[in-house]
Amino acid sequence: MDTLKLRKRIPATALFDPSIVLPAVGQAFVKLDPRTLAKNPVMFVLEVVTLLTSALLLRDILIGQPIAFELQIVIWLWFTVLFANLAEAVAEGRGKAQADALRSTRTQTRAKRLLMPDNRELFEGVSADVLEAGDLVVCEAGDIIPGDGDVIEGIASVNEAAVTGESAPVIRESGGDRSAVTGGTTVISDRIVIRITSSPGSSFLDRMIKLVEGAERQKTPNEIALNILLIGLTIIFVFATATIPSYVAYAGGTISVVVLVALFVTLIPTTIGALLSAIGIAGMDRLVRFNVLAMSGRAVEAAGDIDTLLLDKTGTITFGNRLATEIIPAPGVSEQEAARIALLASDADETAEGRSIITLVQDKYHISREAAAAGATFIPFSAATRLSGVDIGDRKLRKGAIDSVLKFARDATGHDIAEPPAFRAAVDRIARTGGTPLGLADGNRIVGVIHLKDVVKPDVKERFAALRRMGIKTVMITGDNPVTAASIASEAGVDDFIAEATPEDKLRYIRGEQADGRLIAMCGDGTNDAPALAQADVGVAMQSGTQAAREAGNMVDLDSDPTKLIEVVEIGKQLLMTRGALTTFSIANDVAKYFAIIPAMFAAFYPQLGVLNIMHLSTPQSAILSAIIFNALIIIALIPLALKGVKYRPIGAAALLRRNLLVYALGGVVLPFIGIKAIDLAVTALHLA
Amino acid sequence: MTVLGWAQILLFCGIVVAVAPLLGGYMTRVFNGERTLLSPVLRPVETAFYRLAGVDETREQHWLTYTIAMLLFHAAGFLVLYGLMRLQALLPLNPAGQSAVAPDLSFNTAISFITNTNWQNYGGESTMSYLVQMLGLTSQNFLSAATGIVLAVALIRGFARTSARTVGNFWVDITRCTLYFLLPISVPLTLFLVWQGLPQTLSAYVDATTLEGVRQTIAVGPVASQVAIKLLGTNGGGFFNANAAHPFENPTALSNYVQMISIFVLGAAMTNVFGRMVGNQRQGWAILTAMGVLFIAGVAICYWAEANGTVLLNGLGLAGGNMEGKEVRFGIVASALFAVVTTAASCGAVNAMHDSFTALGGMIPLINMELGEIVVGGVGAGLYGMLLFVIVTMFIAGLMVGRTPEYVGKKIEAREVKMAMLAILVLPLMMLGWTAIAVVHPPAVASMGNAGPHGFSEVLYAFTSQAANNGSAFAGLTGNTFFYNLSGAVAMFVGRFWMIVPVMAIAGSLAAKKTVAASSGTFPTTGGLFVGLLVGVILIVGGLTFFPALALGPIVEHLAMQSGSLF
Repeated sequence: MDTLKLRKRIPATALFDPSIVLPAVGQAFVKLDPRTLAKNPVMFVLEVVTLLTSALLLRDILIGQPIAFELQIVIWLWFTVLFANLAEAVAEGRGKAQADALRSTRTQTRAKRLLMPDNRELFEGVSADVLEAGDLVVCEAGDIIPGDGDVIEGIASVNEAAVTGESAPVIRESGGDRSAVTGGTTVISDRIVIRITSSPGSSFLDRMIKLVEGAERQKTPNEIALNILLIGLTIIFVFATATIPSYVAYAGGTISVVVLVALFVTLIPTTIGALLSAIGIAGMDRLVRFNVLAMSGRAVEAAGDIDTLLLDKTGTITFGNRLATEIIPAPGVSEQEAARIALLASDADETAEGRSIITLVQDKYHISREAAAAGATFIPFSAATRLSGVDIGDRKLRKGAIDSVLKFARDATGHDIAEPPAFRAAVDRIARTGGTPLGLADGNRIVGVIHLKDVVKPDVKERFAALRRMGIKTVMITGDNPVTAASIASEAGVDDFIAEATPEDKLRYIRGEQADGRLIAMCGDGTNDAPALAQADVGVAMQSGTQAAREAGNMVDLDSDPTKLIEVVEIGKQLLMTRGALTTFSIANDVAKYFAIIPAMFAAFYPQLGVLNIMHLSTPQSAILSAIIFNALIIIALIPLALKGVKYRPIGAAALLRRNLLVYALGGVVLPFIGIKAIDLAVTALHLA
Repeated sequence: MTVLGWAQILLFCGIVVAVAPLLGGYMTRVFNGERTLLSPVLRPVETAFYRLAGVDETREQHWLTYTIAMLLFHAAGFLVLYGLMRLQALLPLNPAGQSAVAPDLSFNTAISFITNTNWQNYGGESTMSYLVQMLGLTSQNFLSAATGIVLAVALIRGFARTSARTVGNFWVDITRCTLYFLLPISVPLTLFLVWQGLPQTLSAYVDATTLEGVRQTIAVGPVASQVAIKLLGTNGGGFFNANAAHPFENPTALSNYVQMISIFVLGAAMTNVFGRMVGNQRQGWAILTAMGVLFIAGVAICYWAEANGTVLLNGLGLAGGNMEGKEVRFGIVASALFAVVTTAASCGAVNAMHDSFTALGGMIPLINMELGEIVVGGVGAGLYGMLLFVIVTMFIAGLMVGRTPEYVGKKIEAREVKMAMLAILVLPLMMLGWTAIAVVHPPAVASMGNAGPHGFSEVLYAFTSQAANNGSAFAGLTGNTFFYNLSGAVAMFVGRFWMIVPVMAIAGSLAAKKTVAASSGTFPTTGGLFVGLLVGVILIVGGLTFFPALALGPIVEHLAMQSGSLF
């Protein structure tokens, strides 16, 4: 695993960074606007009843009634609303900090728009904002690319640090899988012609800014369902509390509206209601910190539900280049000698395979690279001979495909030579395990065979095991033949593989899995991946990929690291879990609140119910006040959890549920008993009630 | 509490659990249209019905069509029943010469019987003719029970089917349900009850001269046939005013025991039908276990409260628990068990006066109904009521394990949550809302038999029983008034049909979904954790909804009694 790629582009800000919290406090007041709160039904209801009690308070002030208790309740009700707003504002503030960082990289770009499609030299300078999809622009070294598009002519190196944070330049060229360019990035060499694909204001960078700011945040399906549940619970508590005055009247007592509102507010799920949007914003935020850009919140949620993960072998599971792993000498040749010849034959070989041979010889046989022998002539690989090597004087050292090496040895002797049986056995063994045998000859002498292998990345096996524990099946896609594929699949520990895969195979596999009711995620970068990316439930396109792939997927990975899907899945799960945990906590809290408020409410006419005051709260007023204060403060206390999320552990659903229930359900029942009692002690000590 | 008492309770549970899978297997075959033992006899009758009614049994219905068919069927049932009661004086089989039933009482009773509530603001022997009892009430006993069952089956099909547009055919389901098991089980049960001493006759009431020389009219009638289905179909409407406490309706300890089993057996079997239809019987067992936990807890508290009696009774030197309002032939165990059974299921038959139970003992039947009668519950209705809670539970559980919630392979999304919440909201609205009106409406307060918290409990119990379609009365409350007849009818109607329509919407929306494959990331719904969580959600939601009302009723009554005050 390349840990460098997981570096965070924007360092996580401290949870309560003053530069975020201070403006958020202001925002909390702005958000009191009922039109804003109407989007959050629980909070809207809270504000309505708070306004109602404020009006009653005003009336009581005017008619000169004692208001000390009522005033405190009203103040804490307003605090509850403000704390909820604050949670959302802090989450948005953190997103905004990121957006500002992005925005600062975007300057007012000038574009060189071609006047006539055929004439590459004739262009006008226009502002980037006016570019429409389909316009052709020219970018030369030093120019900032004015918008998202495809390179249709030329090749250039581009610095994409503005978007990806990675400062090493990348190559962008017309045709092929590296044709997409992103607005805001800088051309640092050569000259390219780009066809703009985004309209003004909807470029990649624009979308990214909007996303992290939460400006375009739409409620996800799961969030809508949860909201319905919370509305349902709120209505139940309307029934439970609105009927009380009549019951009390029957019992011969009276009850003040303020106390009734206090009971209602503590019962309705204000905690989760207050934190719901903060959780959603923070989830997106986490994803962006991982350099993954989701096109919608829906995609993030879907990621948490993934059953099957399709991964390209090359680059994801293996390093992508075959590497030398061992040298097997032919009979009569010492291992040291075979290694020395392998080193000489590869000395000038700049291919990844050639370099891996040198590394192997140096590391395993401790033979240092000598200065190239005088008169050495390097023979580069040619498709005709399928050999490469070196001529040192009349010594001709060659390495290459087995057949070609044998032919070379035969040609050198001029007559047929017997292929040593041990050599053949080694070759067969390598082929059988999915490796590539590379023959080694010194003139007419067969020296040995080099085992080239598709090396599996060091920790993928653990990552796949982690996925399996999450209940996710991994499937490797490769163009290799089934033998090679099976060997690598077993080494990497994937659950299944598709060998000799064509794009159609991928699509067929995805549809098959979906028909069986599974959700599929895949990564891709090429244009031919686009149909599969679009079909998959979660399609992660690589930033380095084509525009077509990026359009087809519902996430873009700015680091082009396919193994990051695992983190994406975790973030999706974390999002749901945080909502679930806080909902459970919020509802579980109600038990203690009932025990605080019910005996206090009915104390005047049914003193027997004092038995239910198991917390021994000092007075009815202090009981009610303590419950409402606890209800407000718990929102503040849980903001960090809402922003950080509940940690996901791949321990199986039942174990995970048991754990979360223990913490959030049982904790949710117990904690308020302690909290309310503590607040009651404080309230009594301060003579507040 | 005695060992023998607990042995009776556990034997009862054992029998119900043993019968559930047998009956469940048979019912599953019936609803799948497969051949059964009775097919050679009943199949020709069944097809004859379809030919007569012009029903194409191979054509299935969309959930909405299914629901509309069911509603039309009930509208017709209501009109027939209302007509029969209003016109009974002019109709035959009226040896006691009963006059027409008053309009408001007829309205209340007709709603009561089509909704499977069988709330009775009348005494059967003094109000209804044999014709009304048999043709009107008994036939609704069959049909309202069958309706509950087929709706549950439609919902089960929603869970079991993949990408389907239809949930079955209402006419076919209700015909099969009545013909293949409600009738075949009722016949031997009737004969058994006749053997135990229930009358089954069309002749007139008997006049007898007592030892003191007083002339007494003894009411008889076609009792056994009506009682069999009243229990089996969890209807609960007694032939006589005293219901199952009447010696002609429940004469012996054995008849009492068999009656209790009859109340539970179909409801318990429905959980097995669910398991079989979704392809894993353990899913059904898990639900039955959750019901069992709540049931045993209820029985334990009720039996404990009744067996211990009260401080005041003990103070008078009365040992041996609270026998007030109980039949001596049943005693404390059989009365407490019957009370919990009849309210856990939506039956409403009573063999003792719940009004005379201790405050806590009487609170258990109340809570059973407030939770929506999901502990075995009304036939079919108990299962679909429970599945609503399962949907809410799985929604929360799914979130807690980080997956879009799913249950038996069906994703639970906004639509299911919305419909489940709608259905769950209906009951508290009716129970708490009507109680709130009644306790401050002077004519309604005047109907109370007692003052203070006990009177409050009477009213709360009445509306809870009606909204939950139970039908048992706390007694003490004079129900046959204009206010209670009308408000009760609304509570029963809304409690039944406003719940059914969202349930059917869920059935339709689930049926249309793909079935999701389970993985190790899926929370298993067959284990103890699921059962515990389900029970927890039910108690928390129920507790939070009703705690204030219970505090002002039975809880404060209990606490006051501890210090010696009665109401």
